[in-house]
Amino acid sequence: MNEERLVFEIAKQENRPNPYPLYAQARQVGICRQHDGAYVVSRYREVSALLHDPRVSSDPRNLADPPPPPPAFPFIMQDAPNHDRLRRIAMNQFGPPDHAGLVASKESDIAARMNALLADLDGRTEIDVVDDLAYPLPVAVICDLLGVPPEDEPKFKEIADALVRTVGSADQEGADEQRQELGLYLFELVARHRKEPSDNLLSRLANETSADRMEDVDVVATGVLMLVAGHETTVNLISNGTLLMLRRPDLRERLRSEPEISLRFVEELLRFEPPVQYIPRVAAAPIDIGGVTIPKGSRIILLLAAASRDPDLFDNPDQFDPDRPHIEHYGLGGGIHYCFGAPLARLEGQLALTAIARALENPKLLVDPPPYRPSAVLRGPIHLPVSIDGISV
Amino acid sequence: MRNVHGGLPADARVVIVGASLAGLRTAEALRDVGHDGPITIIGDEEQPPYDRPPLSKQVPLGFAPARKTGLPRLRNLDGVEWLLGVAATGLDRGERQVALADGRRVDYDRVVIATGVRSRPWPVAEEGALDGVISVRTSGDAEQLHALLAEKPRRVLVIGGGFTGSEIASVCRQLGLDVTLVERGTTPLGGALGDVIGEIAADLQRAHGVDLRTGVEVGALEGDGRIRQATLSDGTRLDVDVAVVALGSVRNVEWLQGSRLAAGPLGVSADAGCRALNIDGLTTDDVFVAGDVARFPHPLYGYQFLSLEHWENAVAQARVVAHNMVCDPIRRVPHISVPVFWSIQFGVNIKSVGVPPYADEIQFTQGSKADHNPVAAYGRDGRVVAAVFFDQAKWLDFYRAQIESAAPFPLDLPQIDDATPGRAEPVTFPVATHHAPTVVLSGHDPDQVRAHVVGMDGGRS
Repeated sequence: MNEERLVFEIAKQENRPNPYPLYAQARQVGICRQHDGAYVVSRYREVSALLHDPRVSSDPRNLADPPPPPPAFPFIMQDAPNHDRLRRIAMNQFGPPDHAGLVASKESDIAARMNALLADLDGRTEIDVVDDLAYPLPVAVICDLLGVPPEDEPKFKEIADALVRTVGSADQEGADEQRQELGLYLFELVARHRKEPSDNLLSRLANETSADRMEDVDVVATGVLMLVAGHETTVNLISNGTLLMLRRPDLRERLRSEPEISLRFVEELLRFEPPVQYIPRVAAAPIDIGGVTIPKGSRIILLLAAASRDPDLFDNPDQFDPDRPHIEHYGLGGGIHYCFGAPLARLEGQLALTAIARALENPKLLVDPPPYRPSAVLRGPIHLPVSIDGISV
Repeated sequence: MRNVHGGLPADARVVIVGASLAGLRTAEALRDVGHDGPITIIGDEEQPPYDRPPLSKQVPLGFAPARKTGLPRLRNLDGVEWLLGVAATGLDRGERQVALADGRRVDYDRVVIATGVRSRPWPVAEEGALDGVISVRTSGDAEQLHALLAEKPRRVLVIGGGFTGSEIASVCRQLGLDVTLVERGTTPLGGALGDVIGEIAADLQRAHGVDLRTGVEVGALEGDGRIRQATLSDGTRLDVDVAVVALGSVRNVEWLQGSRLAAGPLGVSADAGCRALNIDGLTTDDVFVAGDVARFPHPLYGYQFLSLEHWENAVAQARVVAHNMVCDPIRRVPHISVPVFWSIQFGVNIKSVGVPPYADEIQFTQGSKADHNPVAAYGRDGRVVAAVFFDQAKWLDFYRAQIESAAPFPLDLPQIDDATPGRAEPVTFPVATHHAPTVVLSGHDPDQVRAHVVGMDGGRS
């Protein structure tokens, strides 16, 4: 392989079902400079170092050749101190200390939604795990949490899909358009929430009166971020996990007989098949790492999915093993941008996969590999057709 | 951890003295590395091993009951013998026996000293015995403090502005109680983090309503069976219903008297592999040390002996002890991890990495002093030796790497957030004084010279 074309190779649709051999080659090389001047980092220790390096920026405005700025930057695309302030305000409505227990309180609701989705499949002999289960669950959960009326869901599914298609691709113009459209929708929604406050995240952010509050433009940018992130990543977590169980019936058996293993199962899944395969960064100063100097203003691509399979850190990294003693993966990122919704994603993954393992009778994968979504970053099957003998709820 | 068995007979009897974090993790690590032989854990408290960090935070706050801080077991310890509620009173290295307070003697082939520290008591015994005067070290102490604070005292006096004292002052403010913190030095946290960071800690305390008094001492505690008043060295009299004595700790080494180990007020000295040194400075092969009571040389800090009362240090040493006890001698490993410490107070997570008191300069690198969220690096001789984080712990790994690679100080960082990386400025730490016993030499021929301690209970050992 020509290491300068690594990202190009990874982006090819034909490599979507199994990009891991490419990642292994990348780890062999070390830090790979791309023909467009980006630097790909794939070894665990180097990814780890850069995730915690204050010279590494998440703000595209620090690129030597910055793209035209979007109307507002969500905190995922900002650095301290703005990132810290916005994320803290958002977290005040989502987790401890003010909303400790919020995610845990959703457990019975998530389980009930999952059971309802499964019950709806009664009588079917062929299902699509993505469309029937993995997609509707997280979408319903995030809409409920944010305060997006369920009837609006079709309105933005199309936008979100289009937006995600552009993640990691060169067509950022399209992305801005989609983001803007989603922003317009959320702008209206925020106005509605301000007129009629209710108990959900967007409403609380919009109606916050203390000094620690967001401007409307930031509420909207945060809403877009959460809607998209909550939409896509957990879908892939559940789809990838189900695909794995279909390929390895022993794992499905294990999850049926030992549902308490679901916690370890999801952690290992985040290591083995993470929904977010890589993330972009920018060098805000020259950085010496791995025998290379990354020049200031360069784009850096952190191959999280490659790092989590680094044989330096993990024994038999290409084996899925929920019993492995060491499991410090980067499936949810790391550093100050560590996945905001991690506790929710974990809970949804644990509940959904346990329910799927339990409920589907004699499931058989009908297409292997299944067709994949276009994005190489947010990687997962677009459909997962499965034959079943029935549903036991 | 991997099975490294090869240097210890399978039936060797391992005795661990101290049933806390270091003791428990040592036992678990011994099983991890393949020692299936007999293990005995001796502890002077009745309770199985429990976690101490919550005792100055969640427990007095009422968030968690004291009895619920038991340490989780990382593996099955079936077959381990627990002798709880009985203190070790002596170590007989000739007979290879640990003497217990009830007269029993426990045979060992290898012994681990993990007896930790206890609170330094209030120097005047009668005053310290007043109801409402308390120090916080054990889970019982924390339970009692919680009960005292639940009575809504008019004012709580905290004596000592180290981490424990500051955390308890924070708990009092969270409970809406008036609290006065008296610190002899110029700032709280000065001993661990130096005067520059101490000023920020002082600012944080005052912003949260603590009546902070620095540069003074508590002279006397008075009451009628229950504490009622305290007199400060500047003559101030305070009406208080509770006094928390947070004057640091005393190492539990008295039981080692006569063992001819290098044990004293600073702890039990060990080599970097956690093997105890004897009084002559020779390494022993069958006595190991772990946790708060240990002191050991660290290559990054000029091979000075460090003693670290840190949670992570206890865990790391436990693993090194187990490994080195069991492995072939040629495969021994050193304990040279960079120290990490954390505290939570006034809503701020404070973390440090490295050894701040080793430094003489400090540089603010990220965040903001005014917002109480700075990151600062510590330097000495042009090298980074430590760093501290206020609500910024996610950057810790970067600074740890700078310390490990002896990166040049001050750090050359771009302006990534509002904080312009500051210039190096001086930092000072209070000088620690220790009343160590005197060591003298006896014997004339070089092969007969031996060290002896004088001044510990007046006798020679």
